[in-house]
Parts: sequence; structure tokens; C-alpha cells
Amino acid sequence: MSTPEANRGYLEENTLRSWLLTRDHKRIGLLYLFSILVFFAIAAVAAGLIRLELLSPRGELIRPEMYNRLFTLHGVLMVWFFLIPSIPSVLGNFILPLMLGARDLAFPRLNLLSWYLFIVGGLLAVWAILGGGVDTGWTFYTPYSTTYANGQVVTMVAGIFVAGFSSILTGLNFIVTTHKLRAPGLTWFRLPIFVWSLYSTSVILVLATPVLAMVLTLVAIERLWGVGIFDPALGGDPILFQHLFWFYSHPAVYVMILPGMGVVSELIPCFARKRLFGYPFVAGASVAIAVFGFLVWGHHMFVSSQSPYAGMVFSFLSYIVAIPSAIKVFNWTATLYKGSIALDTPMLYALGFIGLFTVGGLTGLFLAALAVDVHVTHTYFVVAHFHYIMVGGMVLAFMGGLHYWWPKITGRMYPEQLGRLAAIVTFIGFNLTFFPQFVLGYLGMPRRYSMYPQEFQFYHVLSTAGASILGVGYIMPVFYFIWSLKRGVHAGPNPWSATGLEWTTPSPPPVENFETPPVVTEGPYNYPQPAAPPPVPPPGTSGE
Amino acid sequence: MFPIWPEQAATGARDVDNIVIALVLMALFFIFAVAGPILYFSFKYRRSNPVNRFQSGRRTWPIEIVWTVIPLVIAIGFFTVAASTYFRQRHPPADAMEIHVIGKQWMWKIQHPQGKREINELHLPEGAPVKLLMTSQDVIHSFYIPAFRVKQDVLPGRYTSMWMVPNKPGVYHLFCTQYCGTGHAQMSGKVVVLSKADYQKWLTSGDQSESPVMEGARLFRQFGCSGCHAGSRVVRAPDLAGLYGSVVPLEGGKTTVADEQYLRDSILLPNSQIVAGYEPVMPSFQGRISEDQLMALIAYLKSLGADGGGGSNQTLSYSDERGTIPKPEDTPRGGMK
Repeated sequence: MSTPEANRGYLEENTLRSWLLTRDHKRIGLLYLFSILVFFAIAAVAAGLIRLELLSPRGELIRPEMYNRLFTLHGVLMVWFFLIPSIPSVLGNFILPLMLGARDLAFPRLNLLSWYLFIVGGLLAVWAILGGGVDTGWTFYTPYSTTYANGQVVTMVAGIFVAGFSSILTGLNFIVTTHKLRAPGLTWFRLPIFVWSLYSTSVILVLATPVLAMVLTLVAIERLWGVGIFDPALGGDPILFQHLFWFYSHPAVYVMILPGMGVVSELIPCFARKRLFGYPFVAGASVAIAVFGFLVWGHHMFVSSQSPYAGMVFSFLSYIVAIPSAIKVFNWTATLYKGSIALDTPMLYALGFIGLFTVGGLTGLFLAALAVDVHVTHTYFVVAHFHYIMVGGMVLAFMGGLHYWWPKITGRMYPEQLGRLAAIVTFIGFNLTFFPQFVLGYLGMPRRYSMYPQEFQFYHVLSTAGASILGVGYIMPVFYFIWSLKRGVHAGPNPWSATGLEWTTPSPPPVENFETPPVVTEGPYNYPQPAAPPPVPPPGTSGE
Repeated sequence: MFPIWPEQAATGARDVDNIVIALVLMALFFIFAVAGPILYFSFKYRRSNPVNRFQSGRRTWPIEIVWTVIPLVIAIGFFTVAASTYFRQRHPPADAMEIHVIGKQWMWKIQHPQGKREINELHLPEGAPVKLLMTSQDVIHSFYIPAFRVKQDVLPGRYTSMWMVPNKPGVYHLFCTQYCGTGHAQMSGKVVVLSKADYQKWLTSGDQSESPVMEGARLFRQFGCSGCHAGSRVVRAPDLAGLYGSVVPLEGGKTTVADEQYLRDSILLPNSQIVAGYEPVMPSFQGRISEDQLMALIAYLKSLGADGGGGSNQTLSYSDERGTIPKPEDTPRGGMK
């Protein structure tokens, strides 16, 4: 399998054609990285404008029509064009074949097609924004979206529809790759947790995204031709939309967190020099989350007129789905015990992830409590809760993973001190932005309001102040990452002395990934343990 | 300054707050249980610190079981308490005063049982159970009173309800919390809780309009409902006295309970549920009757049951005090078609 080409780094050829027609999973990962950062930047600017508007209770900066378009744009771009593809399509694309000891994903052409679909979807969404925008919120609730909203709803849902196929194809590619392209000796229980979580994510993408595609198609049909599926005047049911939408969108929440959990499960053992505590429990928890995540969609609808009995079932299952997440958190924490801990940038992000995800998860238990949800749903409490999961969780994990694998991707180290500083700034800015929103929500501040009663202003000012700090935390890495491309210290194949097949090949990896196909003889995270008399195997090693 | 806890102005608010306080304590416990060890281990086992890192090979599954079972038990506990509180929230007492609420882009239209109407304001008496019967003229809205800890989406084409017992006079926020378009943030108002005496005084002040029941009785004749459903009938149609709350046999063997939703659907989509033994000849009133009128008509139909039905499905006596429709003739009981 080793050809003369294999020794060439994957970044060496540099024509536009070589990028746009590449079938190399590493290059496609970078194409995704660049594209999702563009969408992230647009959506972040929208968030900045929203926060500025909310400095004043009377909403003097932007008109309500514009405000409604901004939060819709923020939601749509962040969910479908940043969070969902962030870790799977960027880091997963780059790292999964390397972790498996494979030459590429199972279907390299399909992988490139996924990226093109993603771009077409993204362009449609941007076109919808430029052509007048959409003011439905990212949830497209009927009959507002189908009958009453002005703006480019059909173009926008078409964009999401197309991008959805990108998700489906990526999921399919990952599933097949994980089944078929594992290196000799790489059994399921020797897989890094990141692979388990990508696998669980892929299953969700393949099973849930078609439902989204279907329901968005129905919205477009209803809007174009007024068939009446969701229109009560014609015997339709607007609540049906909510069921179908959340049947996708709740599992999609796990698409937005499971890969983050996977990244953190890589970072903690590496920077603690320990095997992951409770490997089979952490791996099993990923699968359990993927399964139970399909059964809790109704907890978004406790006040929608859903039957109280259905509400009880969904509330109960929502409590159950919290348990595997708790198991993961406890196992990560236990991994630190008697470790040899280095607080490098990726580790700071990982520890920040655990803290913020814990807060996000625990406040989810407030929302799952039926009587409490009645009060706090549709308020800033919900906004704060899901930002703790999406930003505090997924974005921090993405940043941690990006720093961790940056030397592998580029062959260069980022500046460590600046990296740590950015991680700390992000953590502080994030908490200042979103913690006050829990209080705001409990006080009764509704979400999606461009103006509000005076008494809420104090918390909005805190939140906006936090957002500006958070913005600094986001911008710093952009500069030092670009700087590191030329000036960073050469990383060498394994700058972290980490385990895992991706660290056995040069940085940046050759086109073929491995000069000789690797053979695996041991479990993951096999960091050398301190010797002591009597020599007994360390705990938590059930992964062999 | 700034508030840190919302006011409690209804009897159910305390129940919700108690669960929340317990949840906050639970959350603090787990945050310290996770963040504490993370900070401690990060310091004690920092790489430069030469401490003993040797671990004996104890089995780990006992601790996995411990930290699975404890959260599970706590979770089930919270589920149970919150669900039973919710169940009480969902079921209004039979004697609750019924106020009609209609949401539209972007205002709330409210009518009291005595007929008094108001917009974006809701006056309530202290200490009495109040049920809001709500619908929307256009998109989905949500009726939210933070001080009462109650919220319910308000849907087009469907009736939803919620209830509360305000227990503290004062003025509170009323918000629409389901995003409903450009004016969503302005679709708010205030809830004024008055003492019972002040509420009575308020009811009789200012503009007066006829009560929903009276209006409904008038509409019953005006729309020609009485032509078939009462009096010298042109066509054979089901009798409506005592209908509300009864079990209606449908064509095809099913049955349904004649609630507000059933009455509404029967007026707007009469062919969707045909009462057993009747021809599907009733015309639809879709587009001919406003949401206000529909609510009034339903209030009237409900009053027929309450006034004369005596609670039994078989009773066919009418109260004539409103002078709206004559005594029924011998027709089978059922729904309206």
C-alpha cells in the first residue's frame, strides 16, 4: 500500500483545483473548517447585534423586524451550519480515518459530495438572508412560518434541506468506515471514545435527518400551495409540525454534544496521563444517549396542549437520558485521580467543558420537571440552558479538539501561553454572558423579545458585557492559529506524547496517512502507569 | 435595584418555587461534587508535583453502580414531585370562573363571564379559582403570567385552558411567550389582581357588554342554529340541551366527549364527526363566525347543560329563563349535526 507518494505531506500540492476536487478526507476536513468558520462569524455578528440591542429595554438600536431576522439567522446558521458539522465534519473527517489506521473514509467521493451539498445549502441560506431574511425563528413553528411570515422561508428551508443530505451522507460514510476500515487488531473495545461518539452521532444523523427533510418539505409545500397540513382552518394541525420538528431536533441536540463528549474523552486521558476511567461505561453511555435521545422530543411541548399523560412519559424519559451524561462526567472526573496533569490549552478547554456541560445538564433537569417547565419554558432560562450545552459544551470541546489536533493538522504548534489565555477568557466571558440569563428566565423574561420591562435591564447589561469578553476569547485563536502556520514551532509526529494511531504518523500526515498500515495490539489510552510494588495492573482497564 | 426572585401571586407559585429550590440545592451538590475534585486533582496531581500516583488494581464497577444509581433515584424523585404538581396545575376545579381569552397578532382580547371586555389587561379577583379558556385567531401564542408560574400555548383552531387562584392583590406582567411575528415583544400587558369587592366594582364600571351566554343565545337565533336544533324544525338535528360534557355516540361506532373543542369542530367542520343516526346535512360556519362569537355560542351551549341538564345525559329539560329557545320535542339525544 505504501507508494512513493505516501511520503508527501497532504498539504504540499496547492492549486485551487487540488483543493476543490480533493478526495482526501484531511483536505475535506479543512474545507469544512474554513466554511463553518465563515458561517460561525456571520452568526456571531448577529448574536453581537442582538446583545447590543438588548442593552436598552426599549430596543432603540434595531427595529423588531430586523431583530427577529437576526435571531433567526443566528439560530439557523449556528445550528445547521456550525454546530452540527463542527466536530463531526471537521475533526471527525480529519481524525477518524487516522484513528482507525485507514487510508481514507470508506467513500471519499461521497465525502466531497457532502461538502458540496453543505456549501450549496449554506449558499441558499445566505441567499435567503440577503433576499430579505426570514423571521420565523430557527424552529419554523407553523402556522406562522407557513401562512403568516414574510420573507424567504422557502429558500431557507431548501438550504437546510440540502445541508441535511450532507449530514446524512457524512453519517453514512462514518458508519461504514468504522465498520469496515479498522486496522488489524483494532477491535471495537480498543476504539478511542471519539470513534464511539462519532459512530453514535452518525446513527442519529442517518435516522433523524430524513424526518427534518420531510417536515421542512411539508412547510415549503404548505407555504407554496396552502394544502392545509398544518392549517387548522383546513382541518390541519399546527402541533403536528412541532412533533415532527422535535423528533429530529431533539436527537440533533445530541449530535451537537456527543462528538464534544468524544473529544473530551480523548483530551482528559492524554493530559492526565491516565487510562480513561470506566471505558466501557463511557462508550456505552454514548450509545445509550443516542437511543434515548430519540424518545424525549415531547419535552419541548409541555405547554403546547400536548396531553398531560404524554407529558409525563416524556418528562420521565428526559430524566432517564440525563443518567448516561452523568456517568460520563463522573468517569472523566475520576480519570484525573492520581493522574499526572498538565493544564495545557486543550486540557483547559476540556475541564471547562466538564464544568459548563454539568451546569447545562443539571439545568436541563429543571426543564424536564413538568411543573417547573411550565414556568421557565419559552424564557431566557431555556436560552441559557441550551447555550451552556451548545457553547459551553460543544464549542469548548471543538476548541479543545482543534488545539489538540492543530499540530497534527498543520505540523506546527500554536503559542501555548496565548492559547491558555484565550481558553480562560472564553470561560469567563461565557459564564458572564449566559449565567445571568438563568436568573432572567426565572424572573419571567421571555425569549425572542427585542424590548422588555426595565427591571430586567441589569441582567441584560451583564450578559452583553460577557458577550464582548467571549468575543475576545473567540478572536484570539484566529490570530495565533494563522500566525502559527508560518511561525509555529515544528510539532513532530507526537507533541503531546499521546496514544492513538493518529500520533504515529508524521505531522502533517502524508497523503496516504500511514507509510505502513498499522497493527493494533493494545487498548486505547495505554499511558505508562507509575510503577509501584507490588506490580499489579492499574484499575479501569476493562477496555482490553 | 434588580430583582433576584419573581413575586409569588398565586397559590400554585409556591409549589413551583419549592421544587426549584430543591433543584437548585441538588444542582449545587453535583456541581461541587464535580468541580471540587477537578480543581483538587488538577492541583494535587499537577505534573510537577512528585506525589504518589500508584493505584492498586481495585475493581471499578462498584463505584460505577453507585454513581449511576444515586442520580437515578434523585431523578425519579424529582420527576414524581414535579409531575404530580403539574397534574394539579392541569385540572381546574369545577367551580372555577371562566374567562375567555383570544390571542391575535399582537394583542390579547379578554372577556369576563359578566360580559366585561378588556384588551391586554386581565383583572382578576383575589382568592377565587379562575379558568382561562383560550384560542387564537391566527398563529400560536402563549399566555404567560410569571408571578403565577403559569403558561399555556394558545392555538388557532383549538381551545386550551389554564387556571389559577391569585392570592395577592397587585399588578403583574402578562407576556406572550410563543414567538408570533413582528410585534411579539409588544404582545404583553398586565394582570391586575383585585380584592373580591374591588373586582365586582371594576366589573360594573366603564363600558358594559352583554355576557357571552346572552350573546350566544342571540347568535343561536341569528345564525339560524335554532331553525334545526330547536323549535319547529325544518330538518332533524340533534338536541343541544345538556350536551356539554356528555358522551356522544358517533357514526361508525366511536364516541367522543362533548367538550369545547367538540362543539367548536361541530360548528366549523361539521362533517368531521357525525352523530350516530343523523344525516351529515349541517353547513359549515367556517369563515362566517368570528372567534369571539364562537366562544359566546359555546358558552351559551354550555349554559344549557348547566342550567337544565341536572348533570344527567338523559335529562331533556330546558330552562326557559333566557327565553331563547322553546322546549325540545322528542328527538334522540346526541351531538349537533
